[in-house]
Amino acid sequence: MRAVVTLLRRDLLLAFRRRSDVATTLFFFLIVASLFPLGVGPEPAVLSRIAPGVLWVAALLAGMLSLTRMFASDFSDGSLEQMLIAPQPLPMLVIAKVLAHWIVCGLPVVLLAPMIGLQYALPNDALLVLVLSLLLGTPALSLIGAIGAALTLGVRGSGLLIALLVLPLYIPVLIFGAGAVAASQHGVSAEAHLSLLAAFSLLSLVLAPFATAAALRISVE
Amino acid sequence: MHWSSWSAFFNMGGYAFYVWFSFGLTALCLAWEILAVRKRRDVALNLARLLAQDKQ
Amino acid sequence: MNINWFKYSSPQTFYPLAGRMIPWFAWIAVIFAVIGLYISFFIAPTDFQQGEAYRIIFVHVPAAWMSMFIYMVMAGWAALGLSLNARLPAMMAQALAPTGAIFTLLALVTGSFWGKPMWGTWWVWDARLTSELILLFLYLGFIALQSSIDDPRKADKAGALLALVGVVNVPIIYFSVKWWNTLHQGSTISMGAAPKMVTTMLLGMLFMALAFWMYTIAVALMRVRCIMLERERASDWVKVLLLKATGGNA
Repeated sequence: MRAVVTLLRRDLLLAFRRRSDVATTLFFFLIVASLFPLGVGPEPAVLSRIAPGVLWVAALLAGMLSLTRMFASDFSDGSLEQMLIAPQPLPMLVIAKVLAHWIVCGLPVVLLAPMIGLQYALPNDALLVLVLSLLLGTPALSLIGAIGAALTLGVRGSGLLIALLVLPLYIPVLIFGAGAVAASQHGVSAEAHLSLLAAFSLLSLVLAPFATAAALRISVE
Repeated sequence: MHWSSWSAFFNMGGYAFYVWFSFGLTALCLAWEILAVRKRRDVALNLARLLAQDKQ
Repeated sequence: MNINWFKYSSPQTFYPLAGRMIPWFAWIAVIFAVIGLYISFFIAPTDFQQGEAYRIIFVHVPAAWMSMFIYMVMAGWAALGLSLNARLPAMMAQALAPTGAIFTLLALVTGSFWGKPMWGTWWVWDARLTSELILLFLYLGFIALQSSIDDPRKADKAGALLALVGVVNVPIIYFSVKWWNTLHQGSTISMGAAPKMVTTMLLGMLFMALAFWMYTIAVALMRVRCIMLERERASDWVKVLLLKATGGNA
């Protein structure tokens, strides 16, 4: 457990020193979400109709942008090899890395989302569901993304490849996440969507670290 | 047998384009795949042959 | 018993064995295809709702079955390759992927050609077509990952892991797409509403599926032979093989 906390603190410190990474993710999220009104027109009815899907897809893509960097610097400076031979179980260390990625790239998007939701004329209760669904869903994105990041480690053209590998696996998160917001817009309880989303996140929390650990061993050996 | 004539058979009750395109495309894709694999084998064999000659 | 399996799983013994098996599977595939096509076009009755256009299901449904079945088999080989750390299963998984992707594509295109005359639209976002599309993405991801890793052993393992992750996700994706589809009742069309099945129709689809299955085995064996040649072109058994081949010709 100590190792997890140490690794988490180290990663957060590194991210804090390179604040541009966080800024890139946030800026990407903001710009994608702002392009849609320019594309489909400013009618509030249309915007609030497409808001759940657009915001979720924007969050998906923004989170994916930084995935290639999850293990890349550890791989190039050799600290990843240290983690592989460390006495601590590798899946636990993976969880620390994923948590750091989520705090740096997922959480800011969750916090920024309601502001963009306002621009999309979302009502208050839908905004609340949006934040909740992102809070429950984005950890799954980081967890599944870690598998893709580990598999494409040191592969040429890994940025595009990771999109091809990871995006199909993100589909359940997108469906339940955007569905939750849409349900609350239609006056239906979003509870079913949110609990399915939470179940999916829990499942990926159980399985993804092991898959990522196996992928890391394959990529580094 | 419920086709009155060959032309009725090829006409497929007015859906000739859709039916024959589907079956034709399937046949074409499978044939193409076989040809592609055969070509890949020939290339691999040739490369192996060249390598064997180089070593001698 | 174990000794036999390991003997046949080495490339130098499997290569000629596969070569002998290919014609058999190819001929069985041809026979099944002839029977299947005969049933599809001459025995199966005209559907009273869909007319003759329904005959597309004789390629569409078997292709869709094969696309899912091949992914499962591929994941099975991948799991075997990872757990035994053996080469042949990983090569088999790699050899199956393109064929699976082709069947997925065929299922999508023929589904679209079935939908156009029946419902007046080339594409419906129904649960089956959408899941089939996602399956195509999974195949393409597998192929792309394997082809972009240079070291074949590493490519095998990475691909195998991806196939396993995919196979765990396929049911979840299918369930979520179905759920999404029932919530958005914009289109009441369901590709699942196939014509009321007559036994001969089922029989036709079954024979076509068997033909596709045998075809898949034949073409996967052909491809696994290519993969073996490409990877082991410097090894002794390939040299012996080439000598035999040229000796036979001379």
